[in-house]
Amino acid sequence: MREKFIQILLASAASASVIIMIGIVFSLLGETAGFFKEVTIKEFLTETRWTPLFTPAHYGILPLVCGTALVTLIAVMVAAPVGLASALYLSEYAPDSLRRVVKPVLEILAGIPSIVYGYFALTFVTPIIRSVFPEANVFNALSAGIVMGIMLIPMVSSLSEDAMMSVPNSLREAAYALGATKLEVSCKVVLPAATSGIVASFILAISRAIGETMIVALAAGSTPKLTFNPLESIQTMTAFIVQVLLGDAPFGSIEYKSVYAVASVLFAMTLSLNIVGTLIVRRYREVY
Amino acid sequence: MMERALSIRNLKVSYKDREVLKGIDLDIYKNKITAIIGPSGCGKSTLLRCMNRMIDIVEGAKVSGEVFFGGENIYAPGVDPVKIRFKIGMVFQKPNPFPKSIFENVAFGLKINGYTGDIPQMVEKSLRWAGLWEEVKDRLKDDAYVLSGGQQQRLCIARALALEPEVLLLDEPCSALDPVSTLRIEELLLNLKERLTIVIVTHNIQQAARIADYTAFLLDGNLVEFGETSSMFTVPKDKRTEDFITGRFG
Repeated sequence: MREKFIQILLASAASASVIIMIGIVFSLLGETAGFFKEVTIKEFLTETRWTPLFTPAHYGILPLVCGTALVTLIAVMVAAPVGLASALYLSEYAPDSLRRVVKPVLEILAGIPSIVYGYFALTFVTPIIRSVFPEANVFNALSAGIVMGIMLIPMVSSLSEDAMMSVPNSLREAAYALGATKLEVSCKVVLPAATSGIVASFILAISRAIGETMIVALAAGSTPKLTFNPLESIQTMTAFIVQVLLGDAPFGSIEYKSVYAVASVLFAMTLSLNIVGTLIVRRYREVY
Repeated sequence: MMERALSIRNLKVSYKDREVLKGIDLDIYKNKITAIIGPSGCGKSTLLRCMNRMIDIVEGAKVSGEVFFGGENIYAPGVDPVKIRFKIGMVFQKPNPFPKSIFENVAFGLKINGYTGDIPQMVEKSLRWAGLWEEVKDRLKDDAYVLSGGQQQRLCIARALALEPEVLLLDEPCSALDPVSTLRIEELLLNLKERLTIVIVTHNIQQAARIADYTAFLLDGNLVEFGETSSMFTVPKDKRTEDFITGRFG
């Protein structure tokens, strides 16, 4: 009887997160459906203006998607090369003693709250950008993107390093025995063998960048714009949600519902990226 | 006097504070097969790894002494270990093909060393030397992992032969293979000694007796006995050698 009770208790704890997740999806979809009663899917996907808070209101998500894509692109351009290089250093060049210190430190870095990064972007990186490009807006995509990239470096580095470390030593020995230099071993044996793990780390980083909120809300601005100029103020999907929910959009109004529509798109994007990333991670684990 | 491929003089190796080779003097003769035998942990793999400076990539290993190859001490300052390994190939205990195609595995060494000749032709030649060509010629693009263990090991031998090394070092190359594959590799080595010098570490005394011209017996980091295999296996000079080859220990 007591065993049974404990089992039920543990099972409900395990299923709670799944049930909550399903609940979130349903509430998202419900409000989103309400939004699409008033705005056509065609307008939502093809209109190039997003002005739900003004009249005349336009509901085209493209500017928000564009803002998110721009910041994400900049972030990945920072995080991918630096993260990969640092992973390669840690896994192939650094002595064991150094790796044992640096790896946990990297993982702690990944735990810094993103508001700190956002503040860092606004008060430190933005002034530097504006001293180089005086035409840059106070709120701009570049600053947010760079700092988001810095935030993602530990994640890319740590996951890529795991993938490289799981390349068996026998392959490195084989290459050394054929007269390969350390660089050749790293680039022609370890990197190709760890590709799927590295790609997975990039995908998970992109997914994280798309969903990141505080940095863009603080530093990237709140002007939805269909532009790829990184010096302009833009707005990402997440930053829009923050803006509306911090304001006083009346419950049940179209502005309120638009948040759910945007959140659904966001959810679909990050979910599919996470699924792809997890599948790749699983595949590379099976190789050796 | 027979020509020497390698001359090892007073070679000592230690890992941290533990000395695993305690002053080895050994000559490896050209175009012969030399077997290194001894119980586990006697330092035979370490000795082999010293012959092409693969010992360098073992963290914490300290080497002193000299290994002469073509009149040059490969441990002299300024010698590039990469160039040494290019001329002294190595095959490992477990087959370790790269996760690439059969062709790319053999071509790997040629590509990284800037081979200027015809790569496909050299790949074919190497696979023929390794006795693998007939089995793989129609599926060179296939992943190397589809091959059986014995085939993978012959692929690793082909990969080493592609660089046309002067010496081939093999570290217990048959320990992970079945008896049939083992015999194939032994035949292969006997054919190969015309073109290069072979040093093989083996756990299997019968294998040494079957293929080696010379045998070195190592015990606790010391070279106990070295000589022609036929005489060592019939009239060992040292009591410890006799005990080992008759299976009294190890």
